[in-house]
Amino acid sequence: MRSLEEINDKIKSGKVVVVTAEEVVDMVKEQGVKKTARMVDVVTTGTFGPMCSSGIYFNIKQSTPKIKCGGGRVTVDGVAAYAGWAAADIMVGCSAMTDEDPRNAVYPGLFKFGGAHVIQKLVAGEKVRLQVRTYGTDCYPRKEYDAELGLSDMNNAVLFNPRNAYQLYNVAVNLGERTIYTYMGVLKPRLGNANFATCGALSPLLNDPRLRTLGIGTRIFLGGGDGYVVWPGTQHVADPERDEKGLPLTPSATLAVIGDLNGMSDRYIRAASIAGYGSSLAVGLGIPLPVVDEEVIAYAAVTDEDITFPVVDYSEAYPLGRPGALGRVSMAQLMSGSIEVDGKKLPTGGMASRARGREVALELKQRIAQGSFLLTRPSAALPGAELAQGL
Amino acid sequence: MVKKKLVLSFPPRLIQQPVTSDLIRQFDLEVNILRARVVPRESGRIVMQLKGSAKSIKAGLDYLEEQGVQVDPMVQEMRHYGENCVQCTACTAVCPTDALTVEPVSREIVFEPSHCIMCESCIAACSYGAMESQF
Repeated sequence: MRSLEEINDKIKSGKVVVVTAEEVVDMVKEQGVKKTARMVDVVTTGTFGPMCSSGIYFNIKQSTPKIKCGGGRVTVDGVAAYAGWAAADIMVGCSAMTDEDPRNAVYPGLFKFGGAHVIQKLVAGEKVRLQVRTYGTDCYPRKEYDAELGLSDMNNAVLFNPRNAYQLYNVAVNLGERTIYTYMGVLKPRLGNANFATCGALSPLLNDPRLRTLGIGTRIFLGGGDGYVVWPGTQHVADPERDEKGLPLTPSATLAVIGDLNGMSDRYIRAASIAGYGSSLAVGLGIPLPVVDEEVIAYAAVTDEDITFPVVDYSEAYPLGRPGALGRVSMAQLMSGSIEVDGKKLPTGGMASRARGREVALELKQRIAQGSFLLTRPSAALPGAELAQGL
Repeated sequence: MVKKKLVLSFPPRLIQQPVTSDLIRQFDLEVNILRARVVPRESGRIVMQLKGSAKSIKAGLDYLEEQGVQVDPMVQEMRHYGENCVQCTACTAVCPTDALTVEPVSREIVFEPSHCIMCESCIAACSYGAMESQF
């Protein structure tokens, strides 16, 4: 149909046709797959939601005399950081807390300030306080260091997600007798509400469910800047059960992604304080899908009616690892404001933001149309996937 | 019939007095207490909805004023900070009165303060500090 090079040439000459994964749905309904595939070069996707598997690493300029953070204890704004490597590399996970935070000792904990808030501050251009206590060596004699640092004071600062962009996620409910506080939000007792964490028909991996056009090395929109898919995400499942449209029915693909923290924006990198659960980081992520054949469009035309998610009890089944779901509901049902489980009508609430995910897809569309974002060919397919021929 | 949502602030000396009971028994008003916080020796606050004829409500409010109760219309007791809100919609699932809803096309949060009964369920449900109580 068209190669990746041809698409990039069109991007450079400003002639590329880009639509979002929401816009493509109506196009296919009106004009069919073939005609849409002839017209459209790139489909952009987007999602925005808390992904606890988020962190940053950064490298500090050395003090005089030099200090070896590796092997010492490091905090950033009081939040425990990891420095178990060389002299000046420090990692902050979004769920790390300060020593003083009571966590859930006062239940439900508020988790007002954790690693995610450190990350958001840095992205917003604010300074954070680095405190190091370590042992001295002949080459790194200094033992204590206390400094205020912003992104511009660091040699490098990188966002890394061992796992992000979940293809399929549970809808969470509570069959128990008391309110529970989970990473899926507040769940009221006796099926009081149902929470979902997906952007549905806009979600990156649901628009290319067999991972035909993306893989290791794919350039993506990450947190407002550029990033890359670097590996299958942790817990990636290569061979999930699928429906007749190829959509996963059981836990499936995830992505490991990376990107320069410089250039990201606090509109797309947001700290979340999830009551009773912990600190997490909401990350905006968008993937462009090159239309190298008609199948790309056929998959990207997926609708909110097509996509279904398992409904899982978080009072017992989830914490105790009991398999089985209470049923399946479609994204369209979830977005209608209520679903039915065991004959009861439950109001629905989101953890991911469709509105912000849409903004990601539109922003990526604009960057491609303006020529500031070129597509990349994956160096390797993800486990279980086979890349499209035209790539 | 008239309905009014009001915030009543009581000085410490009135805390021992059954003012709400008076409203019901002397002025034939239907009183629905939405929220209340009464601290002995300090001030008390009640958010209530009054229902009754315009005349009874006026008489009831005059009585409250006589007693020294400060009566304010309920406006903006709960605030939605749009800047902090990421439109995740988690709050809408726990809001019992549909004061927080999702606009079906834009998928953005709509906050209708007149429906809010200040139960504060949304505060725990919001991970981004977008809901704040002034109560």
